[in-house]
Amino acid sequence: MAKISLATIWLDGCSGCHMSFLDMDERFLDLAGQVDILFSPLVDNKVFPDHVDVTLVEGAVSNDSDKKNIAIIRQQSTIVVAFGDCAITANVPGMRNRYPVEAVLQRAYIENAAPPQQRSNGQPSKEGISFHTVPQLARMARPIHECIPVDFFLPGCPPPPRAILYLLTEILAGRTPQMHGWTRFGA
Amino acid sequence: MAKTITIEPISRIEGHGMITIVVEDDGSIGDARFHVTQFRGFEKLCEGRPYYEMVSITERICGICPVSHALASSKACDSILGVHPPETAVMLRRLLNCGEFIQSHALSFFYLSSPDLLLGMDTDPEKRNIVGVIEAYPELARSGIRLRKIGQQVIELLSGKRIHAAWVVPGGVNAPFTAEHRDTIRQMIPEALEITTHTLTMFKKSLENFREEIQTFANFPTLFMGMVDKDGNLEHVDGRLRIIDAKGNIIADTVDPADYQQIIAEEVEQWSYLKFPYYKPMGYPAGIYRVGPAARLNVCNGCGTPLADEEWAEFRALERGPVMSSFFNHYARLIEILFCIETMQKLLDDPALLSPRIRAYAQPNFLEGIGCVEAPRGTLLHHYQVDENGLMTWANLIVATGHNNLAMNRGVLQVAKRFITGTEVSEGALNRLEAVIRAFDPCLSCSTHALGGMPFTISFRKRDGTLLQTL
Ligand code: SF4
Repeated sequence: MAKISLATIWLDGCSGCHMSFLDMDERFLDLAGQVDILFSPLVDNKVFPDHVDVTLVEGAVSNDSDKKNIAIIRQQSTIVVAFGDCAITANVPGMRNRYPVEAVLQRAYIENAAPPQQRSNGQPSKEGISFHTVPQLARMARPIHECIPVDFFLPGCPPPPRAILYLLTEILAGRTPQMHGWTRFGA
Repeated sequence: MAKTITIEPISRIEGHGMITIVVEDDGSIGDARFHVTQFRGFEKLCEGRPYYEMVSITERICGICPVSHALASSKACDSILGVHPPETAVMLRRLLNCGEFIQSHALSFFYLSSPDLLLGMDTDPEKRNIVGVIEAYPELARSGIRLRKIGQQVIELLSGKRIHAAWVVPGGVNAPFTAEHRDTIRQMIPEALEITTHTLTMFKKSLENFREEIQTFANFPTLFMGMVDKDGNLEHVDGRLRIIDAKGNIIADTVDPADYQQIIAEEVEQWSYLKFPYYKPMGYPAGIYRVGPAARLNVCNGCGTPLADEEWAEFRALERGPVMSSFFNHYARLIEILFCIETMQKLLDDPALLSPRIRAYAQPNFLEGIGCVEAPRGTLLHHYQVDENGLMTWANLIVATGHNNLAMNRGVLQVAKRFITGTEVSEGALNRLEAVIRAFDPCLSCSTHALGGMPFTISFRKRDGTLLQTL
């Protein structure tokens, strides 16, 4: 079996899918010999590599930096896997979609923060809050296949480790994974 | 013209963050900031949901410490119902929490930070990860994987699922524990103890290699906050809050978490989605405090279990007052793992653990509830309001990483001042900027009830924000 290169990335998710990846436990030791992890929250590369065989994408697309990243990922990966329910349906991040962004920000940063008279920096005001330097929130959190074509869907919240392992093993063997029966939404 | 360096993404942390550094004309460091770059809006999105869904929803804030959110959430719901969960449920929740501390601390230590600690802050970034550790120290890597697995297995044996189980419920837990699963956990304890004591010995020996990191990784006076039990000992699940000052004097004690708003307020800065809680009586930013493993060991009178107590005494002897450097969080994590293994042992020996009385039932009796636990990274607060039908009307969540926000920012500045001069930034210096953040083990998914993105970039900016260069 030839080695494959792997990237894993989290967009708007909870890292639970990545933790499930680590729940392969000792099987991770074998896998580490068969794949090169080129980009991942677990390794130090800052820039998405020019070419990766397989990229697992956790989380929904929720802000302008996610949008930029998902396009780069598609362009530079042969196989893109929507990894977990957030990537496939927007799941929990999508629960904010029924409110405008301003209302969501208002709750966290104005209502649930120190009252204005106690503030040292004068910001934010009652009128609203805006952020700079950090990515701007999109109106809605969306599944990744709305932004790019996706090759495989791996449902579950999170997908169980054996399903992740099966998918990678099949890809390593040059076969097309048949995910039926391995995992389900919300599992 | 001053320049800004940006590091993005920060790697080997749990979430999305970025560091920017302002370099003045004379090459000195003007300012440094740690930005959290994602936001998910849990406090709003739960509106209108029934209170009992909150456990499952808030677990999805974080895949690393879902148990902490489940516990804080169910405790807030317990007080909305106005019930005390039966003794067995309290014990089972505590046992579950031990599993989580073991897996989460093992993740932080072995998967995320051991590459810095074992391979060195300056090693080749290509190798500086868990796979590099597997190659260089296969035995140690394997035992780290084993230890995390033991924690995850404890969670699975209790709750049926490793991540996002639906077992902790308002009023208790929803299925009793079995003798068979108890015995399976018992059999894991010797190995867990072995791995932990062995790693502690090795880690203590290596401390002298990190003198400069110890000196600069957020090594400055602040307040510390953590939960303690009725004897003032280390407590993770059901206790009261204690705050000490930089000299170790207790300035607030036996604070009922339900009164958190009397001691904590949150400030907002427009360059980070993570809010900045501070100790209210001292104002912002003077009321800077820290939470988490080292903070907990600083505030408590001891651990209350024999092996952990020995290690605790040694830890506290590092300094005359509270242990100041956040580098020692790595050390404190190992001691807390030991404490959790011993606590597990005690719980498993208690026959009450197998009782079928595991849940108290009620309708909502109160319109407001507050739940508080110590999560692996520090104090976690869930505060809910519901209407007469038990539908959520409002929520506020203060997570561990938030409490540390001011201190992480100051820590980044301290490391920048020590390791960077001019715009010549060595790779090792960049890694140390990230490593100081890693020492806090921030959970950025939690922190903005948001996670995501990529770890870190460093960019150089002028003071007005124009980008000069990105590394
Ligand atoms: S699918 Fe579930 S486990 Fe995965 S990121 Fe989303 S909430 Fe977390």
